[in-house]
Amino acid sequence: MELALASGIGVLVFAAVYLLLRSRTFDVILGLTLLSYAANLLIFSGGRLVAGKPPVIRDGVPGDLANYTDPLPQALVLTAIVIGFAMTAVTIVVAMRSRADNDTDHLDGLEAPPAELHRPCGGDVGPPLGIPRGEDRP
Amino acid sequence: MLPLLLVLPFLFSVLAMAFSGVSRRTTAWIAGAVPLAGLAILVALTPAILDGEIIRWSVPWVPQLGLDLTLRLDGYAWMFSGLVLGIGGLVVMYAHYYLGAQEKARRFFGYLLLFMGSMLGVVLAGNLLLLVVFWELTSISSFLLIGFWNHREDAREGARMALTITAGGGLALLGGVILLGHVVGSYDLDVVLASGAVVREDALYPWILLLVLGGVFTKSAQFPFHFWLPQAMAAPTPVSAYLHSATMVKAGVFLLARLHPVLAGTDLFFYVVTGVGALTLLIGAWFAIFQHDLKGLLAYSTISHLGLITLLFGLSTPFAVVAGLFHILNHATFKASLFMAAGIIDHETGTRDMRKLGNLRRYLPWTSALAIVASLAMAGIPLLNGFLSKEMFFAQALEIQGHDLMRNIVSVAALLFAIFGVAYSLRFVHDTFFGEGPREVEHEVHEPPAFMQVPVAVLAVLCVAVGVAPQLLVGPVLGAATLGVLGPATPEYSLSVWHGFSLPLAMSLAGVVGGVILYSGLRRLFDLHAIVRGSLGRKLFWFNVEALFRLARRFTHLLANGSVQRSMLWLILAAVAAALAPFLANGMAGLLDPAPLVRAGSQPMNRLALVLWVLLVGCALATLALYRYRLLAVIVIGGVGLAVSLTFVALSAPDLALTQLLVEMVTVSLMLLALHYLPQGSPPERSWFRRGRDGLIAAVAGGGVAALAYAMMTRPADTMAGELLARSLPEAWGSNVVNVILVDFRGFDTFGEITVFGIAGLVVHAMLRRARMAPEKIMPGPPVKLPVPADLAQILFPLTVVVSVFLFLRGHNAPGGGFIAGLTLAVPLLIQYVIQGAESVDSRFGFDYIRCIGVGLLVAAIGGIGSMLFGTPFLTSGHYDLQLPLIGTIPLASATVFDIGVYLVVFGSTMLMLSMMGTLRPSKRMVAHRGVIDPMHRSAITGEALR
Repeated sequence: MELALASGIGVLVFAAVYLLLRSRTFDVILGLTLLSYAANLLIFSGGRLVAGKPPVIRDGVPGDLANYTDPLPQALVLTAIVIGFAMTAVTIVVAMRSRADNDTDHLDGLEAPPAELHRPCGGDVGPPLGIPRGEDRP
Repeated sequence: MLPLLLVLPFLFSVLAMAFSGVSRRTTAWIAGAVPLAGLAILVALTPAILDGEIIRWSVPWVPQLGLDLTLRLDGYAWMFSGLVLGIGGLVVMYAHYYLGAQEKARRFFGYLLLFMGSMLGVVLAGNLLLLVVFWELTSISSFLLIGFWNHREDAREGARMALTITAGGGLALLGGVILLGHVVGSYDLDVVLASGAVVREDALYPWILLLVLGGVFTKSAQFPFHFWLPQAMAAPTPVSAYLHSATMVKAGVFLLARLHPVLAGTDLFFYVVTGVGALTLLIGAWFAIFQHDLKGLLAYSTISHLGLITLLFGLSTPFAVVAGLFHILNHATFKASLFMAAGIIDHETGTRDMRKLGNLRRYLPWTSALAIVASLAMAGIPLLNGFLSKEMFFAQALEIQGHDLMRNIVSVAALLFAIFGVAYSLRFVHDTFFGEGPREVEHEVHEPPAFMQVPVAVLAVLCVAVGVAPQLLVGPVLGAATLGVLGPATPEYSLSVWHGFSLPLAMSLAGVVGGVILYSGLRRLFDLHAIVRGSLGRKLFWFNVEALFRLARRFTHLLANGSVQRSMLWLILAAVAAALAPFLANGMAGLLDPAPLVRAGSQPMNRLALVLWVLLVGCALATLALYRYRLLAVIVIGGVGLAVSLTFVALSAPDLALTQLLVEMVTVSLMLLALHYLPQGSPPERSWFRRGRDGLIAAVAGGGVAALAYAMMTRPADTMAGELLARSLPEAWGSNVVNVILVDFRGFDTFGEITVFGIAGLVVHAMLRRARMAPEKIMPGPPVKLPVPADLAQILFPLTVVVSVFLFLRGHNAPGGGFIAGLTLAVPLLIQYVIQGAESVDSRFGFDYIRCIGVGLLVAAIGGIGSMLFGTPFLTSGHYDLQLPLIGTIPLASATVFDIGVYLVVFGSTMLMLSMMGTLRPSKRMVAHRGVIDPMHRSAITGEALR
């Protein structure tokens, strides 16, 4: 099972790092999310893998490591999950503001090479054609 | 008394700057009170000092570093403090009349007192590290003073140059002092002064000497660092009179004499210090002749005299040290009065350019008389104080033992110094006060206020008095100072005007005659007024500064050219390199060594684990494959979160599983909300090279982390968890150890974390509060009604609230707690927002989420402080079993109050983020970035556009 979790963490990091190196804000946010999964799992696995022994003291069972798993990494990861969410929220909002203020979702706030502007895009993306207010709507 | 002496200037500096409604006169009195009080303290201590006593005062500051607040007043420090305070008092008086009505007098006197305090600190410090601290303070405060007229470019440039040179020298000094402390084993001045022999024999001695001299030479403007001093003449004249005659530049030679018993006595010291001193002395004196600016001439003359003092200390004989100390006093006296006189001339005529002045003795008779006396002292004319120390210098130069070549060189340099000194003094006097003129002065010239001349007069009278009766006036002072520097090695000497006919006297006469011939010769042969000299040192300095900036700019651009991607790349590469470095350093021993590791008991692979692995890896890779189609990517990344959550379930972490699951829901809705305002997809990557490179880096990073994780998991754990498990129930009254750690054992940490979480919510609020955004695509018409989910959500809402409260209450003893309960409460509300729209929910519940965060933090703080009422530390748990009818016993721990705070903050912050994203105001500029969905082509059920 150790090999499985380790390889899982590795795949998460692989995907996360690749996405972190992309040029669009949302891709980087996806990468950050994956990276925080990987980091949480890595810290969690610091308590070693133990099945069926949650760190909740049961009556009559002495509190030692033979009966319960290590609670400390769990406590660390619990707050890390919540803080990770806060970080994601802030980056998302920064990305939205950048998109609104700079008219682009490129990381640098600029469309780097002008040649990229008019290329066909993935998904449902066309060239930017803002519809100004006051004009007739279709 | 010593600490008072040191604290007074700093205290009054703040006082002088703090009160804005105070008149200029009061400010000047505040500033003047410091030197007066300081001198009074010194006078009170005088009998003890003259008895040869050393007064000490010490409190530990950072004992681990050997840094103590030690003050130490011996005869030398006493003489120097008197100089700093005495000239300081005169400068304050002078500056009061010098500064114009519109100048910021409070700031000026504040800086001046700050400088005075720093200088006293250098003088009084009994600990070398403390001395360096005050040394740097003098650099900073002199920067402020030189740049006082910060609207002028030359002032800013001069201040920057002075700071760069002297603070750089300060760094060298710090290095030297640390080495010195390393060799001696203490930074205490008494100990260091007593271990001269140890230091001189140590292998580090050359380094110590050169580093300390680096500090001394930069501060005292010795060649090749002399060029900052003329540039610093852009300062107001009182500043020049203070810093460049008596204090700042004297700090260097002060230290040279202070450490004389430790560093002097080797050939290296002799050659370096004497050589640099001789070079500086000649260069300064020669260039002084060709200056047109009064202050420029005085600046070069100062450089030359500092070179003389340095040279004397370099000679290392006791008599030379006496001469050096004497010259410190004499130079301060005549140079301060000359600077002040130059300031008066500038003040009254509007220029300091000697080419425009002339014949001022008719207009400024008093000032002229005083300035002429002082310049004759500078030239070293008999019956004035400058003559005495110059004669002592000649005698010392002729008596150098054992270095014949050096004796000849220094003797010739001494003669040239005398000739040049007479020449530039003559130029100063002749061009300013005699001849025809004034040549080019704009307004009418008359004497300044009488009190402005008082400081000049006091100093000029001192020049004469010391010159006539040296033993009477400075004999005891000099004796005490010499004793302070040399200790038992103090020689017998006599200060008298007449030593009989001797070689030094002949040299003096030759100097005067030579100087007169040189000056008149130069005037005849060249037009002195037409010679314009640039400063090579200044040009080189700015060339180097520019080059350094260019290099830094290029290097920065190489690493970070503003592209986030590139910074990210460097960051990841740095992380990979940092992780690889230890393995590479050990020759990959850790990886290749087949020695059997002590294996921890490994878990067998079961079917559930296999399914989870497939889910995790599959979803992660699918996210990678689909990232350009963002809606799909968000759905798939939710799958990753689910897999992580289930992993926690399988590996006995119920709290984590719950938290992860709830956070997943909120994150996905956040991303969906964001997609409304962001493009729905990414453009394809064109560059194969880039994708390959990124893929390779990602593979290395992923492989590395996987190996690290595997290596860690298969090694036995060394954990303190046993103690946590054992103490959880008896000490914190909770059986859910994870929750106990959060709210009790690591409670302070959690307090910080919820604060950060609250701040994140506020950041989102701040960034979106006034933002107006256009969505990517807009759907015409009202929102689509979803009646069935709306009803279901309505019915489920009370239920989820109950679940949330339940999870919270049991949190201390079973999976649950503030974090989980807060998120559980947020999710049903989120569903309400999604289905019914933000306005409708806000109008019904009317939550103020910001207040919720604030109240939560307060409650958490109160929960923590509560335990302090019982005399236990912050966040210690108390315990109470609450008996309620019908419900039964509810075990309550005081940590529950803290957990309520966590609950409120998590709920409030999460909802603040989500509701801010849901209630963005539309852009004024455009309706949508990429058009409107055609109502004819959209689904009647979901409202989505049909393909």
